[in-house]
Amino acid sequence: MAARSIARLVRQPAMVIPSVIFPLFLLAVNAGGLNAATELPGFPTDSYLTFAIGFTFIQAAIFSTMNAGQSLAQDIENGFFSRLLLTPMRQSALMAGQLAGLVILGQFQTLLYLAVGLAAGAEFEAGVAGYFVLAALVSLISIGFGGIGLIMAIRTGSGEAVQGMFPLLFVLLFFSSMTLPRNLIEQDWYRFLATVNPISYLIEAIRSLFIAGWDGEALALGFGISGLLAVLSISFAARSLKGRMLK
Amino acid sequence: MNATYFSAAWAVAWRYLHNLYTKPAVLIPGLVFPLFFLAAFAGGLSAVGDAPGFDYYDFTAFQFCFVLIQASTLAGVFVGFSIAADFEQGMGRRMMLATSNRTAIVLGYALGAFLRLFLVWFIVTGVALLAGMKVAGDGYDLVGMYGLAVFANVAALLFSAGVALRFRSLQAGPLMQMPVFVALFLAPVYVPQDLLTGWIEPAARVNPFTALLNAGRSLLEGEPTGILLAYAVAAGMIVLMGFWAITGLRRAEVAG
Repeated sequence: MAARSIARLVRQPAMVIPSVIFPLFLLAVNAGGLNAATELPGFPTDSYLTFAIGFTFIQAAIFSTMNAGQSLAQDIENGFFSRLLLTPMRQSALMAGQLAGLVILGQFQTLLYLAVGLAAGAEFEAGVAGYFVLAALVSLISIGFGGIGLIMAIRTGSGEAVQGMFPLLFVLLFFSSMTLPRNLIEQDWYRFLATVNPISYLIEAIRSLFIAGWDGEALALGFGISGLLAVLSISFAARSLKGRMLK
Repeated sequence: MNATYFSAAWAVAWRYLHNLYTKPAVLIPGLVFPLFFLAAFAGGLSAVGDAPGFDYYDFTAFQFCFVLIQASTLAGVFVGFSIAADFEQGMGRRMMLATSNRTAIVLGYALGAFLRLFLVWFIVTGVALLAGMKVAGDGYDLVGMYGLAVFANVAALLFSAGVALRFRSLQAGPLMQMPVFVALFLAPVYVPQDLLTGWIEPAARVNPFTALLNAGRSLLEGEPTGILLAYAVAAGMIVLMGFWAITGLRRAEVAG
């Protein structure tokens, strides 16, 4: 299942390329367009690129939600998934297999975004060891969001419905601390939304590796939330799968 | 062009509006997205208005102008989706059989989009005013600003119609949406043009949407500058995209 999931991604570049390119485009636009924000008192770095690059990894992970959901929905729509359910394969293996391609894609994106960021002048304070922490965090986040994609696919069985959820996830992404640190957000309602939005903490954990180096609190929150997201989404996906089998 | 021509155009426009009314899933994204961008940019980035060199009078107004142009442009793009869907379902061919001068079909969609635009403007402007946006320009300035939004809408509509008529499939949706989305974000979205840095600065300089945005913002501020340039650029876009749409229509006619 894992090999199939990886081969599928490799064979369908049209599905993968937007999820790799679009976050880079938004990074480039924001880095050029919002560099003036670094002049604000209290802004944590003098390079908006260094500040914004953390968001790129999360955006890519949200795209991977769609990839996972879309692939599974396609299998459900064409009946392949029903046949898989009839085999003695364990449900957890089915889930893990579906997500393997995403984790590999996440690692490719991590290397690519880091390379592009460093080439464009971003700083990565955490150094070489930080890369491994970044890769681990991105994997966990990919699994968490991928699990959400699986839930949507299992429950709806429709690729169109999975695509329809994308704007909702995108909204979550925007109402976070993606463009400014939370303490610099002036509007109270927006700062509140960014504070209760778990995406903020995922962005801030990755951002801390670029700006601060090793920030224990940000990393603990990032790993904690992404771990919880992964556990919850996979559990719900497994539960939804049982429900689907009963039907 | 005679009464039959306009009657056909009106029938297409009416059908388009009727579809919008009966299918909220088609109408709502075009209303929700601009509001979402207005909330995300005006709310989340208001501190950027305090950055040195940011001399616009009101940050919400600054973002409103972008959202207005964006909403008007996307409203035009969404028409392309409707055209593609009509051709996919065979309705497009039937409309072409029923119309002697097929430009009436494009005109009909344009009329429908224009009427839809009023609803988008009403909601986006209402929300911006409720959010505390200050309007410094007078009535003439505002007419000029909304006029620019109409031009942006027509240009985007003709562009997406050209794509839709060439591909006649909803699968061409990204080809209609992505170039417009990219062009919009390569304009000075977050800060005035003078504060842009890096590669986006030269990109914004040659981007036609920059002229529209700068002029629109100056009108909203009540200090109009670059208006003639903006209207000339917008008119140029309409002529170019009109040619693109008409040649697309000819291809659809040839395809039968």
